[in-house]
Amino acid sequence: MGSFFTSAVLVATIASGLRLAIPYLLAGLGETVGQRSGVLNLGVDGVMQLSAFFAYWTVLETGSLWLGVGAGLAVGTVMGLVYGVITVTLGATQGISGIGIFLFGLGFSDLIFRRRVGTPKPIKQLPEVEVPLLSDIPWVGEALFRQTLFGYLAFASVPVVALMLKHTTFGMNIRAVGENPQAADSLGISVGRTRYLAILIGNVMAGLAGTALVLELGIFQQNLTQGLGFIAVALVYFGAWRAPGVMVGALLYGLVNATVLQWKAQGIIPREASDLASMAPAVLTILALVVLAGRVSPPAALTRPFSRH
Amino acid sequence: MNITKGALLRLLALLAVFGLVAAACGGSSDAADDTAVDDTAADDGAEDTAAEDTAVDDTAADDTATDDEAAAEDDAAMEEDEAMADAGPIKMAIVAPSAQDDLAFTQSMIDSIAASDAEIELSISDGLFVVEDAAAAIRGYAEDGQEVIIVHGTQFGASLIEIAPDFPETTFVWGTASDTQGLDNVFAYYPTAEEGGYVNGVMAAMLSSSGTIGVVGPVEAGDAVAYINGFVEGAEATSDVTVAVTYTGSFSDVALAAEAAQAHLTNGVDILTGTSQSVVGAVGVATENDVPWFGTQANQTPLSPGLVVASQVYHWEFVLDEILALRASGVLGGEIFEINLANGGLVIEFNDGYALPDDVRAAGEAAIAAIADGSIDPVG
Repeated sequence: MGSFFTSAVLVATIASGLRLAIPYLLAGLGETVGQRSGVLNLGVDGVMQLSAFFAYWTVLETGSLWLGVGAGLAVGTVMGLVYGVITVTLGATQGISGIGIFLFGLGFSDLIFRRRVGTPKPIKQLPEVEVPLLSDIPWVGEALFRQTLFGYLAFASVPVVALMLKHTTFGMNIRAVGENPQAADSLGISVGRTRYLAILIGNVMAGLAGTALVLELGIFQQNLTQGLGFIAVALVYFGAWRAPGVMVGALLYGLVNATVLQWKAQGIIPREASDLASMAPAVLTILALVVLAGRVSPPAALTRPFSRH
Repeated sequence: MNITKGALLRLLALLAVFGLVAAACGGSSDAADDTAVDDTAADDGAEDTAAEDTAVDDTAADDTATDDEAAAEDDAAMEEDEAMADAGPIKMAIVAPSAQDDLAFTQSMIDSIAASDAEIELSISDGLFVVEDAAAAIRGYAEDGQEVIIVHGTQFGASLIEIAPDFPETTFVWGTASDTQGLDNVFAYYPTAEEGGYVNGVMAAMLSSSGTIGVVGPVEAGDAVAYINGFVEGAEATSDVTVAVTYTGSFSDVALAAEAAQAHLTNGVDILTGTSQSVVGAVGVATENDVPWFGTQANQTPLSPGLVVASQVYHWEFVLDEILALRASGVLGGEIFEINLANGGLVIEFNDGYALPDDVRAAGEAAIAAIADGSIDPVG
């Protein structure tokens, strides 16, 4: 087989890594906003499953990719409201509630898939959009500027989320209710409304992540996300609750996965070590978390329901 | 009556959940009808001639039986069939790791149960990729009085060894596995998947222009590794091609399988194959890039009607009918069954929607015949 260090293979590997990183990045950025407001959502994966299914089903029935995207967004919004009611209005324990959302998403998406679709049927996939001129730049152009719309959206969201959290009133409110909700409340910030909006943003982005995944693959299958949402939650810790850090984590995960697959295809990794190599992205993430442990702190009020009483 | 805000919200949440579930379960569903197998063709099965029953028995003994012996066996088989029909439907359950409609491993068994001659009242627990969940389902079915429990996954073997001795009257059918763990109430089954792999490899090598073929495998175990080894053997025996094999490490990660297929294409691969339920993603990549695909386990033509060349399809009904006949005669386990090209348990199904050159199809059919008569060993 060919060498890994050729321009074509390197560009293809980077492009593959970016594709793999997109769902992690979208879901991770959304979860970052939610956690900065003090709300942990372990149900990200379930929301992704539901959004992926409804986006898939809509495209299957209507043939319209845009309606599919709309369906994915709508599911993210509804699940955001549901999670807001559970954790903010009712003040339920966030960790357990999130797991409940995950199990609901996993089971419900599978149930409707079986009842309404049955055997997996392919749908049309999102086309790649080339950025004029930039996509012609050698090496970089092909890897970076020939993405689906979700690719551009994911990477454009990084500075948007970072700036929003750091420089806008809404972002400061989010951080305030995530660090000290009692103090924020005494200053007249509506903790409940701020957390609701942060949860909505998080769930809509998880919905986008699921939609991006299923429209990239062009097919749905039971448990499509394979725990991707949980890795996205881990990447928030990896990224120290900051959008650029989450992006680094998502890129690391995607690129290591893509490199391992490329090395397997080229026979660089012997078959005997294939399973070990498959663990590489997870092992690297754990190592990074161990290195970062103690150096960064989560939002002080993370997982703590707010009550004036 | 005072209703607090919290209580009202809880009530609304509960109603919303019930509403969602009701919406999902309501209405007609072809898919659900397809999978709720209650094969009422038992009467046909009972009336089948015993000659048909014994035709699928690949033991050499049948070939040498005298006419009298054959007639006696025919009578006995007919009595067994009649006894099975008189006893009503067989209570059967299946525990499987992936979805029942995965166009791969689990669907091959579900389709085979539907195609069985026996009258079966089937319960399905699929999608049990967590072994502990599967173990709970197996034990639950046994406690519920299921007569035959199909444990459809090599990985469930350790659980089965613990559970089966507690239910000596229940027949457990375990696969893919080539031994019964010494248990009298366990039958084992496996496909010689390398045979269809070899046939597909022969045809893939003839179709490849670039001389490089890509394989997307899951975990290096079970029938996946058998299929892939046979495929490599068949391709390399046919022409001077390079077969690149990737094991993604997952039976079900669709995205990873898709990227594995992309990685192969980067290296000049112009034919793809793969195995496990994760390959639906890889087939999508093949379709997107106009690359022919060879399938296995179930007929994967619906995934890419213009590019799936052929699929090796598992027909377990032959095994099921044998096992049910044995159970009717009082044998609850202890035997191992193999499906292969010779006994009709493995079938290469060509896709008429793909314009396969005549010489390639002829080579494939010649390989099938040669493997069936033993003149080709698909694993060298």
